[in-house]
Amino acid sequence: MSILVNNDTKLIVQGITGSQGLFHATQCREYGTNVVGGVTPGKGGTEVEGFEVFDSVVDARKAKGANTSLIFVPAAFAPDAILEATDAGVELIICITEGIPTNDMVSVKKVVDASSSTLIGPNCPGVITPGEAKVGIMPGYIHKEGNIGIISKSGTLTYEAVWQLTQLGIGQSSCVGIGGDPIIGSTFIDILELFNNDPKTEGVIMIGEIGGSAEQEAAHWIKDNFKKPVAAFIAGATAPKGKRMGHAGAIVSGSSGSAEEKKNVLESVGIKVSPSPAEMGETLKSLL
Amino acid sequence: MNIHEYQAKDLFRKFNINTSEGKVFESGQDAEEYAKSLNSNEYVVKAQIHAGGRGKAGGVKLVKTPEEVGSTVQEMLGMTLVTHQTGPEGKVVNKVYVENSSIIEKEYYLSIVTDRSNEKNVIIASPEGGMDIEKVAEETPDKLLTQPIDPVSGIQPFHIRKIAYFLGFNKDQTKQLGPILSGIYKLFTEMDCALVEINPLISTDQGEIKALDAKINFDDNAEFRHKEFVDLHDPTEEEPLELEAKKWGFSFVKLDGNIGCLVNGAGLAMATMDIIKFHGEEPANFLDVGGGASVEQVTQAFKMILSDQNVKAILVNIFGGIMKCDTIADGIIIAAKEVGIQVPLVVRLEGTNVDLGKKILEESDLNITTADTMKDAASTVVSLI
Repeated sequence: MSILVNNDTKLIVQGITGSQGLFHATQCREYGTNVVGGVTPGKGGTEVEGFEVFDSVVDARKAKGANTSLIFVPAAFAPDAILEATDAGVELIICITEGIPTNDMVSVKKVVDASSSTLIGPNCPGVITPGEAKVGIMPGYIHKEGNIGIISKSGTLTYEAVWQLTQLGIGQSSCVGIGGDPIIGSTFIDILELFNNDPKTEGVIMIGEIGGSAEQEAAHWIKDNFKKPVAAFIAGATAPKGKRMGHAGAIVSGSSGSAEEKKNVLESVGIKVSPSPAEMGETLKSLL
Repeated sequence: MNIHEYQAKDLFRKFNINTSEGKVFESGQDAEEYAKSLNSNEYVVKAQIHAGGRGKAGGVKLVKTPEEVGSTVQEMLGMTLVTHQTGPEGKVVNKVYVENSSIIEKEYYLSIVTDRSNEKNVIIASPEGGMDIEKVAEETPDKLLTQPIDPVSGIQPFHIRKIAYFLGFNKDQTKQLGPILSGIYKLFTEMDCALVEINPLISTDQGEIKALDAKINFDDNAEFRHKEFVDLHDPTEEEPLELEAKKWGFSFVKLDGNIGCLVNGAGLAMATMDIIKFHGEEPANFLDVGGGASVEQVTQAFKMILSDQNVKAILVNIFGGIMKCDTIADGIIIAAKEVGIQVPLVVRLEGTNVDLGKKILEESDLNITTADTMKDAASTVVSLI
């Protein structure tokens, strides 16, 4: 078992004829993901690098039974792309696009929540189940099949955690990048719930960062519901107040959202917080 | 992106949010003429900088005559204001705003922001105006009302009644609150704001409800559909290096330490700063070069880091996902040669083609120390300064 993506994933890539979309569609296919085609309005009926191109998500779903979509559409058009996939009934939508206006996501989120679709991202690296399917931009080879789940707001910091585990000989069940924006499709709690119910997952690394209170909310949820060991790291202890640190959501306002506050709440419910980003793997290992 | 109070008040007028009559000036003489035309018995003169705490720092003055308006504006122009939000170096005043003074009966707080927990835009109201709202939230949370607004139905009459009751408004005040709430919500959504804040909103001795101060912050992500953001942007209010970085497509924030950082990815960049601190030193900057940095970008990033005289060593931490390590190594070498790096340089590469990348660095005649892990990289760079 695993969560979100696996051998049954039938993937389409929205924005497949763009350079990013095509590159990553190819990478996903090379990893072994079943990429059944792509969508670019106006280019339906053509083919690119062996991928069938459709005009709409509905067409791709009808023709190929696609159940998952990976979005590489530019920020100005990405909300539309997410809503199109939702309308077509795609079960899992993963949006890589960075820079979507927050107000757009407020509306998109409301529509997605009222539908049967699950949204991951935007502004995220995607999801991988090592050995089964890679639906995202992460380097496949750093992963190893195993039993640890990873949930993270950050891309490259997730790779760091994965690599630390793999170097220690510990494999991963699934790794989910939820994204660093203020409004995201799936939260820490949504993904923790999936890991809780996944018999293969035996422990979780949760990687948060400054800004907002999602980590604190997750901590309280873990205390009441989560049955497996959790190790955590919060990036941004050295970030100054009031400055946006790359990610749109990574900003400390007043005393709220600081790394210190998050760390304290996580520790208060018994989660082991790694003191340094170099020890995420070791911290998780100490719990097994 | 922040804008000035006078710009925010111009937008308030455009969206029918009641505020005093006023205008911005760059000369005392013009301000004096304007004050004469207002023919008031008291005026407020306010220095325009992007920081709170102006009053305490001498950036807000009450004066009685148009002549005093002129001389006060002239005094403020060119002045450096130091407030709790500017940092010790302060900010230079280039523009001064003049408006009719109001006699305040009571101060209130009103704002609208996107609430991540609710995943909606929320109106925040409090009868405790003119104070630090975070302090109110902490000390007297019952004096704060947070009202989510559904994106589909928008502002409804019951929202206005609910907020008015909470603020203790009478019937006439409630009637005046309606357009203010509708106005800030419309402004917030149409202009893609991250924050619209009125602190304080006041009731006057004349029974009027109006915005005495105005703060607006735009969502940078929405810049592509708001050409007006460019006109409202005041580059003199920004760190020159951060502006420069934006031009090159990466994020940069200047800090006070001695170790320069060059990293790919925002989370890893923050974590790199954290690990430097963990090993006993302070980072000189946050720098995320992004996912697909070119040689040109890497060169610019090095230049930016080295323009800071405090930098005594540089740590490069790259987890090459799709980006290949040998490409990065080539970039580092070209950049290092062009820029002429005189301080110790520690490079940690991981990811695709890592062995090739390391080989390129080791075979170069540059003084580069390579490290295998983040931990090694941090302890090495700290030991070199």
